[in-house]
Amino acid sequence: MCLSIPARVDEIEGNSAICTVGNSSYKASLELLTPDEVQVGDYVLIHTGFAIQKLDEVDAMETLKTFNDFKTLNEQMDQEEKDNNTHLI
Amino acid sequence: MKYIDEYRDKGLVRLFAEEIKKISTKHVKLMEVCGGHTMSIQKFGIPDLLPSTVELISGPGCPVCVTSRGYIDQAIAYCRLADVIIATYGDLIRVPGSTSSLEKERALGADIRIVYSVLDALIIARENRSKKVVFLGIGFETTAPGSAAAIIKASMAGLRNFYVYSAHKVMPPAMEALIDEGVQINGYLGPGHVSTITGEKIYYDIPKKYGLGVVISGFEPVDVMQSILMLVQQIESNQPKVEIQYTRVVKPEGNIKAQQMLEEVFEPRDDWWRGLGVLKDSGLKIRENYQTHDAEKMIEVVVEETIEPKGCICGPILKGIKKPKDCKLFGTVCTPSDPVGSCMVSNEGSCAAFYMYNR
Ligand code: SF4
Repeated sequence: MCLSIPARVDEIEGNSAICTVGNSSYKASLELLTPDEVQVGDYVLIHTGFAIQKLDEVDAMETLKTFNDFKTLNEQMDQEEKDNNTHLI
Repeated sequence: MKYIDEYRDKGLVRLFAEEIKKISTKHVKLMEVCGGHTMSIQKFGIPDLLPSTVELISGPGCPVCVTSRGYIDQAIAYCRLADVIIATYGDLIRVPGSTSSLEKERALGADIRIVYSVLDALIIARENRSKKVVFLGIGFETTAPGSAAAIIKASMAGLRNFYVYSAHKVMPPAMEALIDEGVQINGYLGPGHVSTITGEKIYYDIPKKYGLGVVISGFEPVDVMQSILMLVQQIESNQPKVEIQYTRVVKPEGNIKAQQMLEEVFEPRDDWWRGLGVLKDSGLKIRENYQTHDAEKMIEVVVEETIEPKGCICGPILKGIKKPKDCKLFGTVCTPSDPVGSCMVSNEGSCAAFYMYNR
């Protein structure tokens, strides 16, 4: 029950939103967010039928950017593994 | 899927593993407080990726697991009343009470409805005016605001037949109680979705009073590995603090509106936790202003005496001092389809998560 899922807001009707997660669609209440906080196209985190937070695209990108730096490293490791025919992990 | 797939990248997970291995010198025990973390740690096999210096232990963060048998017994007593409909999250109905369970009562004819959201319970109340609809409110700061919102709605709409039986709890007292009891922990993986509501301030005392770090973590493998790395960095450099790894969701101030709703409807009370006993101000009680929607105040029942199951070690498991494998009943007498203790019911429970992914 504690799982929460990121969902894309497709439609807003008053205090609720129709959201998509993967191929399914959910109705979520917007009552726990401040009015006008969410627009169509935003992603929200849904928990037991309530949107409890809007996902922050900028922060998500920031984190992934750090991850991308790692990615270069990842490729180096793959190469190393191939060259030496070993498993580093 | 956006915001999910990129956090399951195997390469990234491996790189974090490598990084942790590189910097970890001290032997540490890190506790994940949240049942959601317990589940993803088992599901993605994270313990196998860590060096022998880093041990993960599960804590008391599965709401179904910490709920008392007495609570289940009282819910069963409510469901036996002819004019009551019970609305509950699915996890609860299989939790054994002292002599029955909600599932068994339902087979005997009790009106028990599984809902995904407390809002569905409101609809049931609207459609069944001659019945009392009792919603079983379990869960921590993530789930409680929904119950608060529903109570406010019912109160405004004059929906007098809607009641909440609250076992809502708050996390910090349990996190502090574990350290006070002397459970050996070197840092906490903070619960990401509790913190979405509360923000980071509820943990400030943990580094200050106890010298332990808290890293608020997301739930995908990349999130968990990065959080472990951040905790290990804190420990190795001896700088315990509260940090947020899960920045795409958790804001330092949390969700202010949800906090206001919680404050409006609930007040703190002492509450009982499986494994930890009674903790001061760790439960949420419905305030007097809303007592017409409080099942405990409005619906009288006689509850049978609590009998705890023999041999179940859920208590020590929730404190992180025992593991599911230490339980003699694990996997034989006690399985997810026929659970003896509450830790085997919800897939966030340590025993159930371990059963599903490790046998
Ligand atoms: S395996 Fe079952 S009986 Fe044993 S501690 Fe876990 S829930 Fe309790």
